[in-house]
Amino acid sequence: MSDLPPEDRPRPESLSDLFVSFTLLALQGFGGVLAVVQRELVENKRWMTRDEFIEDWSVAQIMPGPNVINLALIVGGRYFGLKGALVGLAGMLAVPLVLVLALAVVYSQFAEHPGVAGALRGMGAVAAGLIMATGIKLISALQTNVLGWRWCAALGLACLVGIVVIRLPLFYILFGLGGMACTLAYTRMKS
Amino acid sequence: MTETLSLNFGVNEWFQFFLHYLSLSLLAIGGAIAMIPDMHRFLVEQNLWLTSAQFNASVAIAQAAPGPNVLFIALMGWNVGMNAGGVLYGLLGITLAMTGMLVPSSVLTYNATQWGHRNRNLRSVRAFKQGMAPIVVGLLIATGLILASASGTSLEHWPLWLLAGVSAVIFWRTKLHILWLLAAGASLGWFGWI
Repeated sequence: MSDLPPEDRPRPESLSDLFVSFTLLALQGFGGVLAVVQRELVENKRWMTRDEFIEDWSVAQIMPGPNVINLALIVGGRYFGLKGALVGLAGMLAVPLVLVLALAVVYSQFAEHPGVAGALRGMGAVAAGLIMATGIKLISALQTNVLGWRWCAALGLACLVGIVVIRLPLFYILFGLGGMACTLAYTRMKS
Repeated sequence: MTETLSLNFGVNEWFQFFLHYLSLSLLAIGGAIAMIPDMHRFLVEQNLWLTSAQFNASVAIAQAAPGPNVLFIALMGWNVGMNAGGVLYGLLGITLAMTGMLVPSSVLTYNATQWGHRNRNLRSVRAFKQGMAPIVVGLLIATGLILASASGTSLEHWPLWLLAGVSAVIFWRTKLHILWLLAAGASLGWFGWI
């Protein structure tokens, strides 16, 4: 349950700190920024705990729009209001945009090279592993969950099977399974 | 991206282009990636504003490059603009595509989050956060598995699975920097070992 972050907790010092931090995060994110965000913001900078990260990530997932962009808006907005949200967004997008354009311009000359295709395949596999590891690390944050570990395991597994095996659209998982889980949490919570 | 198109773009076409992204923004639950089929239908099949190769390259480059994957939207805008007449149009395409895609969803997310924060002690807000937590954790592991199976689930791809698994364990148990892992994956792929 996140109240206002305590005063002695590390936090971005200024808008430019926020911008630079998010730019550096984005630039390490080959094949997705999520794993980097979790490691940097939770483990290295300690701006947020694992619990808070999961909470923010839930919101970022369920709202429309790219989830990493949503997370930048949420984290930036928490510390500096609207300005922070906009700076977080800009940090996530500005420099990577220039880079991706440059890559698009040179891409056509190297796309055929077998080494390039192989390297992309290798980085893709690593990126997949990083996202799995991020999920595994966050399991520990479920220990204090009001649902209890049995329900957490059942719901997490149901989500996994729904996406990987049955290939249900995300919409059904978030609103169907998610709705059920939230209702269950509501009934187990003291008002 | 060898084959290009030569388009005659006026205010009306740009407006339609912008409107398309604007209309997808609030539907993009799970990210802009989920809207790819609809963009393909609109840009490639219906309007012939992009070739299929340009479309696929836009997605592939943005995924391989560092940064949020949503930048593939910017590349689509860039390519449509280049087809329509050059660099300035390319920049216009980027601006229209990105603002159309991001402004509605960002406004909604920002306001919903501020509301959620002001009302964080409400039972329903707390129940949402607690209830969604196990789903989100399951979803992350699922995403990793789906990405790892991107080149196929058959046994001949076992080196890719092994690489994904080993990376996961190293990232989970050690503090090794992410870029070392990515560099290792890139080298293994470059020399054709995976």
